[in-house]
Amino acid sequence: MPDRSRIAAAGSANPPPKVIVTKVGLDGHDRGSRVIAAFLRDSGMEVVYTPPWQGIPAVVKLAIEEDADVIGISSLATDHLLVPKLMAALHGAGAGDVQVVVGGIVPPGDERLLLDAGVARIFHPGAPLEEIALEIRGLTAKARGLRTGART
Amino acid sequence: MNKPAPGALPHAGFEQADQRWRAAFDATPAVAKRVVNRSGIEIKPLYSPRDWSGVNFLDELGFPGEYPYTRGIYASMHRGRSWTQRQLIGLGVPEDYNARLRDILAHGATAISLIPCNSVFRGYDADQVEVELLGTCGTVINTVEDMERALEGVPLERLSCALNDPSPFTLLAMLLAVARRRAIPWSQIAGTSNQSDCISHYVANHMFFRLALPGARRILVDHVAFANRHLPGWNPLSVVGQHMQQAGATPAEAMAFTLSSALQYAEDCLARGMDPDSFLPRFTFFFDISISFFEEVAKFRAGRRIWARLCRKRLAARNPGSWRFKFHAQTSGVDLTRQQPLNNLARVTAQAIAGIFGGLQSLHTDGYDEVFSVPSAEAARMAVATQNILREEAHLTDVIDPLGGSYYVEALTGEMERRIEEAMAVIEAAGGMYAAVEKGVVQRMIGDSALAFQKGVESGEQTVVGVNAYRIDEDAAQYRALGYPDRRRIEAQLVRLAEFKARRSGQAVERALGELGRAAQGGGNLFAQVVEAIEAGATHGEVCARLRRELGFGQPLTVV
Repeated sequence: MPDRSRIAAAGSANPPPKVIVTKVGLDGHDRGSRVIAAFLRDSGMEVVYTPPWQGIPAVVKLAIEEDADVIGISSLATDHLLVPKLMAALHGAGAGDVQVVVGGIVPPGDERLLLDAGVARIFHPGAPLEEIALEIRGLTAKARGLRTGART
Repeated sequence: MNKPAPGALPHAGFEQADQRWRAAFDATPAVAKRVVNRSGIEIKPLYSPRDWSGVNFLDELGFPGEYPYTRGIYASMHRGRSWTQRQLIGLGVPEDYNARLRDILAHGATAISLIPCNSVFRGYDADQVEVELLGTCGTVINTVEDMERALEGVPLERLSCALNDPSPFTLLAMLLAVARRRAIPWSQIAGTSNQSDCISHYVANHMFFRLALPGARRILVDHVAFANRHLPGWNPLSVVGQHMQQAGATPAEAMAFTLSSALQYAEDCLARGMDPDSFLPRFTFFFDISISFFEEVAKFRAGRRIWARLCRKRLAARNPGSWRFKFHAQTSGVDLTRQQPLNNLARVTAQAIAGIFGGLQSLHTDGYDEVFSVPSAEAARMAVATQNILREEAHLTDVIDPLGGSYYVEALTGEMERRIEEAMAVIEAAGGMYAAVEKGVVQRMIGDSALAFQKGVESGEQTVVGVNAYRIDEDAAQYRALGYPDRRRIEAQLVRLAEFKARRSGQAVERALGELGRAAQGGGNLFAQVVEAIEAGATHGEVCARLRRELGFGQPLTVV
């Protein structure tokens, strides 16, 4: 079971982090995204879950409409190759403050591609759910800081 | 069922010996931990004739090749003939696939499988999706000419072909067109429409072409009817427990959902007026083999028994060929770890043994590097070699159902049977499998089990070597993932698609797609029209688009 008190202590975000859990591209395998979404919700976050196969413009639109702090992309079958396009589209839409994490099967040789495009963190299979939740709380604080900074 | 009959037990002194052992066991605190398998069954430290006495031997087990087939569906099982070594392959463009196929056939694979690109699963041609994704997880096949190139030099008439062919079965239509061009009679085409179980796609892995579910339900039955009439060697239906278990269902749940789906499809065929003995012998199954060893063995043995009884009693099939539970199995990718990936060779070996002892007909062993990418050629060869070693060096096939009669395995088989039947009763109460998935009943069970399993891993209750125990520092960069297809080859494939479209008779394609549309509105056999359309030069994407236009666009049935 997650250690809720530790998670709560790690981030002081209030209101709770708002996280979009989604899949872009063509693959439909969604065990990872469903498990993560359920866990983050149980940890007190506000989770917006989408079915697979989202187009990049749809994810950007959702992030803006929902005022999301973090977007989590689950990729098991090379859809991560589209993530640089997502990053560019977020920046283009003025939503560069939204933090993006990727989880699933990312070949070692592709990590640089994603990190250079601005992905905040890549979670590989075996990453503990609790660690993912902690990271997302930290990234939420970062996203909110960027947003505040942009306004002043 | 596994309660010993009165008087069957035991020999003089049994009770005293049993109590002595219990006392000695209880005095050893280190091993007194409670053990529960993935399906929620508590596992005792020892099984004895108290748990399975064998008095109902013929009813519960029988002999191999005899009802209820608990010990195997054929009299000689693997002693007579090896399982089929059917490695799933698919990558790049058709020429890449052809080269890999010839390589694994040369190394001992005995059948063909074809995994298309995810764009094909989605119902699109190569020119309708983002180019980065083409050929990265399967082969780009959109036209009959693509299929010809993929199968060049491969003797179709002598090999069984499993096509991962989500409805509308355009890959089968292409295969039939290739057979025609090579003058091979359709009666010599053997194999399976793998993944044809539409329900599992809508609820679990979502690898379907986005047709609304009622349309998918209809075209599935049309395709069974077509195979009944024209393809004596083809198994049109493969009911897929693998998707559900990979999505998180426990082994017992996965078997229950699979059997409930098969029952639903059988009832749809009966409602069309088909004779159960015409279609049941062509029903096949496809399962996941997790690393929960004995549970998997028991799952398969219990599934065989339940299916035989359902076919004989509920579906009133008279031909023993209709009662046989034929299945392909694949070692579980979810159990593999990115940490210390060579350990996956050990996992795949254990999973494969469970499947072999479970009595499978066909086996795919995963490449150890599937945690990084589509398997490399070396990993794919090792996966085939694993099967050869188990059969020819470890002699696993010398004895039929070698675990049969084990107190534990027989008691567990009975216990798994009870769990499976309980879950099937939930589906039945919801109104059958289609109704149950529309209500989200199945998805909630899968989701709950997936989360519970993950929490067990996180808490350390379930050890995963290298992940939550026995960790070492390592650099994943030392493992090479299979590269992506050369972009120039993908570009060339796109050019070929455009050339194909320019060369064909646009009129013939329009006419055939028009017929397909009319069949969708009326009552004709949709799959027969798919075959005609592909023969006339329509592409996969065009066939899917026309069906979606007529029968509606579909969404995954997801519950979180």
